[in-house]
Amino acid sequence: MTGRETVLEVEDLTVSFPTEDGLVRAVRGVSYDLRQGEVLGIVGESGSGKSVTSMAVMGLLPGSAKVGGSVRFRGRELIGAPDKEMRSIRGGRIAMVFQDPMTSLNPVYPVGDQIAEAVRAHNDVSAAAARERAVELLAMMQIPRPRERARDYPHEFSGGMRQRVVIATAMANDPDVIIADEPTTALDVTVQAQVLRALETARAATDAAMVLITHDLGVVAGTADRVLVMYAGRPVELGSVDDIYYEPRMPYTLGLIGSLPRLDNARRGDRLIPITGSPPSLLELPPGCPFAPRCPMRQENCETAEPELLAASTADHLAACHFSADLEGRRPEDVFAQTSVDNAGGAR
Amino acid sequence: MSDDTEVAIRRTSNRPAAVVVRQRSQAELVLRRFLRHKAAVISLVLFVGVILLAFVGGALWRYDYADITSAPSVPPSFEHPFGTDNLGHDTFAQVLRGTQRSIEIALLIAFLAGLVGTLWGAFSGYYRGITDSVMMRFVDLVLTLPLLAVAAVLTRATSGSWWFVALVIAALQWAYVARVVRGVVLSLREKEYIEASRALGATDRWIIFRHVIPNALGPIIVNVTILVAAAILVETALSFLGLGVQPPDTSLGLLVSEAGTAVSTRPWLFYFPGVFIVVIALTINFIGDGLRDAFDPTQRKVRA
Amino acid sequence: MLAYSFRRLLVSIPVIVASTFVVFLLVTLSGDPLANLKGRNPPPSPQVIAVEEQRLHLDEPMLQRYITWISGVVRGDFGPSVRTNLDIGHEIVTRFGVTVRLIAVAVLLALVLAVVVGVLSAVKQYSSTDYGFTFAAFLFLSMPSFWFAVLLKQGGISLNNLVGDRVVYTIGERSVVVDGGAWAQLADTAGHMVLPTISLALISFGAWSRFQRASMLDVLNSDYVLFARAKGLSRRRVVVRHALRTALIPMTTITALDFASLVSGAVIIETVFQWRGLGDFLVTSVNQRDAYAVLAWLLVVAVAVIVFNLIADLLYALLDPRIRYE
Repeated sequence: MTGRETVLEVEDLTVSFPTEDGLVRAVRGVSYDLRQGEVLGIVGESGSGKSVTSMAVMGLLPGSAKVGGSVRFRGRELIGAPDKEMRSIRGGRIAMVFQDPMTSLNPVYPVGDQIAEAVRAHNDVSAAAARERAVELLAMMQIPRPRERARDYPHEFSGGMRQRVVIATAMANDPDVIIADEPTTALDVTVQAQVLRALETARAATDAAMVLITHDLGVVAGTADRVLVMYAGRPVELGSVDDIYYEPRMPYTLGLIGSLPRLDNARRGDRLIPITGSPPSLLELPPGCPFAPRCPMRQENCETAEPELLAASTADHLAACHFSADLEGRRPEDVFAQTSVDNAGGAR
Repeated sequence: MSDDTEVAIRRTSNRPAAVVVRQRSQAELVLRRFLRHKAAVISLVLFVGVILLAFVGGALWRYDYADITSAPSVPPSFEHPFGTDNLGHDTFAQVLRGTQRSIEIALLIAFLAGLVGTLWGAFSGYYRGITDSVMMRFVDLVLTLPLLAVAAVLTRATSGSWWFVALVIAALQWAYVARVVRGVVLSLREKEYIEASRALGATDRWIIFRHVIPNALGPIIVNVTILVAAAILVETALSFLGLGVQPPDTSLGLLVSEAGTAVSTRPWLFYFPGVFIVVIALTINFIGDGLRDAFDPTQRKVRA
Repeated sequence: MLAYSFRRLLVSIPVIVASTFVVFLLVTLSGDPLANLKGRNPPPSPQVIAVEEQRLHLDEPMLQRYITWISGVVRGDFGPSVRTNLDIGHEIVTRFGVTVRLIAVAVLLALVLAVVVGVLSAVKQYSSTDYGFTFAAFLFLSMPSFWFAVLLKQGGISLNNLVGDRVVYTIGERSVVVDGGAWAQLADTAGHMVLPTISLALISFGAWSRFQRASMLDVLNSDYVLFARAKGLSRRRVVVRHALRTALIPMTTITALDFASLVSGAVIIETVFQWRGLGDFLVTSVNQRDAYAVLAWLLVVAVAVIVFNLIADLLYALLDPRIRYE
């Protein structure tokens, strides 16, 4: 992976939405870079800013959103780029797969036409050639009888098949980056693996880099090379999959791993360990670490100073926690099991 | 976006005292969203103003609507701000009186039609099946009855006192409310809390009055509000055809229709009551729009 | 879909029968249709009255009169009118043509206006354009139709005075005598239609443009429009091909639903502009307690509503591929 060209650089990206209650700071300084062919998993709860980040990259946020920082695609700055330029990037160089395949296809057009439309948006080809390409893409996505199926309407496909149609659309123009925003969340567990395989097929065929957004660490484990964990609009940990799974240095990541159901007996007992509480409002964030109110390890300075994202176990493994060093070698149950006791005592 | 914000705000309430954000009740949220709708708020103020003018102002004004002054057919002046008609009636007094009647009629229609329509729609949608079919066919029947014919016949038969006109219009308008309420109830009855209530052995009547109707209240209020505006216009139309309120009583519709032949000679008789009708209907429609936004904020979400 | 439409057609037959029966009762109970005749001076002889009673079946029991009427209708006979020498069937066909012309053009005009305004409002949501259109829509929604029609009529008269020539007609549906060929006829008809059509169209325009705006906003906020933009399509193409095409579908339903209210709107407009259409026919018939004529009116309108709904159903199926298979 190393040594390959960097295709996407996101630097200190911020997004906020003015609302009647004040400014909602949805993304507060996200940075990552993406090399060709690499898969970056972005993990976080809903509201952590992971989807907003990718919409900002695509330039698809509503006009009211205030976007700061920088997004560079192969050196070209995309933030503030004119719409015409963004259009050639969208769907051409950076393609996107949305969460719900039931709603991301237009109900009134045959799926083949919808794929062909993406082809023709970026290539000067005849309608017939574009349709031919659509059939080809459907075939790559393992849609049976692709030529006939191309003429069918979205409602004639199952959820998993529709998501494969969406993926086919995304890979239509041989993009350099595919952003998949919770591509399996809306689907039955049984077809999730299918769709993840289809995504991998698409990525391999185009040699694109991929951003896989999910709230499910399990999905990331089998697919991603690196993982970015987000909380309350900020990246709180970034590292290789192994770093994140075996050497997490941020209590939130540890909590996420602890709440992951596992079939092997790696953990004592069979119980899942939940993180108590819920994410903070993005409207009036307190000064300290946003995770502090839920964190079993919090100390006084957690509530006054927000920790920066600093090198943890290795130079490429970053974590935002004042006590990341203390987490070395600790398991979820070591940290979170005490939570209930702590809370019951009402300590601190 | 604002939805997420509200959820987020509510969530913060279990945080330590660092952030003071109150938990908001449903009614407070609705009120807050309504107040955000400027046109609706202005309309509400204006509407209340018109009501006060008609009911309080009408009592205080120097002329009664039935008074015949010594100055027939004079254009608007300080003495007669809206002029007088050919018999010498003070038009301002008549417009105030007409506004009273029209508003009384419209409110009575909205109340009756809202009540009957809500109950009819709620029971029909809740029971579904054959009950629903029969009840809705009856609604279809009512909707096919031409208001003009029904009103004509009944008004002739009863000399057209104002409450009877309201009764006739309400007897046909409730069917629209019933349709809307049924639609809402059909989707409500699939909700988990209704299922739960049924599983706990609650009677149908209990479920309908305790769960179904309260939860359909938003759309009901919105529709009944808009019905008030529609009722004002229907009364106007009926009076225009001579089938509504009959003299010596008066209503805005009757005033305009009586002035219809005098537009060129005594235009003030036509324009003033007409403007009152438009202002009343317009403000009510905007209030309805504000209520709709307040009850159903999803309509306001923006993305693209 | 077709089966569904057909079933609805069948269901509507008993509804129409019940509806005509109720209206028949109401009209019959409202008074004596021969009051005019009897009130004449000098009073007509008892024989004359008896002959009239027989001609109008007034000597039969009420239920029998209704049955006579409905069995006549099946054979295409609409029964006798209080107005002597008036063939209800023939009269209503003529009147129907006049009114349908008014409604059809008004619907087209209102639809085009509503779609353009609704779409512009939605695309520029919360802009001054949107607020302006919203206010206009609510204003038309809040105007009594006849008040507005009289306003337009006055405007037409002023316009004619200003130009010094008759640009638009303010009375009647056509001139009694028209010199010249087919073109002159057409120009005459069009000149008479301008104001009434605008009046009727703008009444529906208010509600329809609001509906189109809401429907368009729904679609603009949908995932598939976002996905279409993510494909790199131009905003224009997204709005026209993806949003507008889909947002038009619900308009067919609302137009069909509003057809009945268009008919009552037409009654008012026709009265203001003194057209001899269905509206005038109804008002006159009601005033004369001409029960069979009112029933004929009701029947024609009911059938028109049904046919209109059927067309809307078919159009819906044509526009929305999901329907054909469900």
